[in-house]
Amino acid sequence: MHEMSIAVSIVDIAVKTAQEAEAQKINAITVELGALAGVVPEALEFCFEAACKETIAEGAKLELIHLPALAKCTSCGFEFETDQFLNVCPECKAQVLAAGGQELQVKSINVD
Amino acid sequence: MCDTCGCGEHEDKITYQRPGQTSHSHTHTHGDHEHTHEHNHDHDHEHDHNHSHEHNHTHPHDHDHGKTIQIETDVMQKNNLLAERNRGFFEARNILTLNLVSSPGSGKTTLLEKTIQQLKDKINFYVIEGDQQTLRDAERINAVGAPVIQVNTGNGCHLDASMINHAVKELNPAADSVLLIENVGNLVCPSLFDLGEAHKVVIISVTEGDDKPLKYPTMFRNSDICIINKIDLLPYVDFDVQVCKEYALQVNRGLQFFELSASKGEGMEAWFKWLKEQLHSE
Repeated sequence: MHEMSIAVSIVDIAVKTAQEAEAQKINAITVELGALAGVVPEALEFCFEAACKETIAEGAKLELIHLPALAKCTSCGFEFETDQFLNVCPECKAQVLAAGGQELQVKSINVD
Repeated sequence: MCDTCGCGEHEDKITYQRPGQTSHSHTHTHGDHEHTHEHNHDHDHEHDHNHSHEHNHTHPHDHDHGKTIQIETDVMQKNNLLAERNRGFFEARNILTLNLVSSPGSGKTTLLEKTIQQLKDKINFYVIEGDQQTLRDAERINAVGAPVIQVNTGNGCHLDASMINHAVKELNPAADSVLLIENVGNLVCPSLFDLGEAHKVVIISVTEGDDKPLKYPTMFRNSDICIINKIDLLPYVDFDVQVCKEYALQVNRGLQFFELSASKGEGMEAWFKWLKEQLHSE
């Protein structure tokens, strides 16, 4: 599980930005997480709390914005959202690879 | 922390050690800064580092007046920037760097041993070994005559660009050489961490399931070379090489395959040939 390293990176980015803004405390950190980013949301949430300890983000809320991957069927052109790399087109049953869904970005922080 | 692999500590227990050395270096993280230092000590005792200290913060609880600051920074940015610095160093010195990833027990270390034994008269090899614990793999590589450094990640489940940056400074690989990085045995986590390598090489052995590429697509998608190892065992196992390759190609159409047995030697020539060609074309 690499979610601990990712949680630490998220907190580092947030704390650095908050300190530059001379904020005293981080209330919430908003993170965009793609369905194919290779991160398990529950594991990230679990690690996040520990990563915030002894920083100005201690007790901060993690707000995850889940982004789906998109798949466009090369046979019939049907487009659909998915959370899998490999998909079967719901319309024509052809095999379709997903695109996108790799987002892993700190969007914003709420500070005091 | 994580029940799956034990990962979950901050990165303050990473050690770097070369076979035969009595000193090793640590990386410590203190809040938002990091430093490294080296010290000598006997290894017949347990030791622990504790850098915890009290913080006095004020904690206002009125969140109505909180201010939102837009950031839009990629979480992997720090790792990716450092990976690119590593990559630049490797390119400047014409060092071909391969990141070998697989499940534990697929035969990565044996593949490295045999490759080094066979080609060491023609190619200068350097090796970075990643494991949670022990110097065992580094000792095996040292025994076949390649300079090696062991990175023990403690509870960490993958190598990252900063560990490679640190290890390379200690290993100091010469120009026109091959640097082989044996990642921590894990088919999930190492796939997300760019180390600055030229190629990511995923290894699957025929004692695993031939549907692994479908079950762990991220690793196969992010690799460009796939080695199918232990093919000498094919008569004894229920593993279909063609099916495995088809599954892997479904995930990543650009994968290049080598089918070999590192321990018995079958198929190794094609791998050696590819390696020599890469070094000359770099």
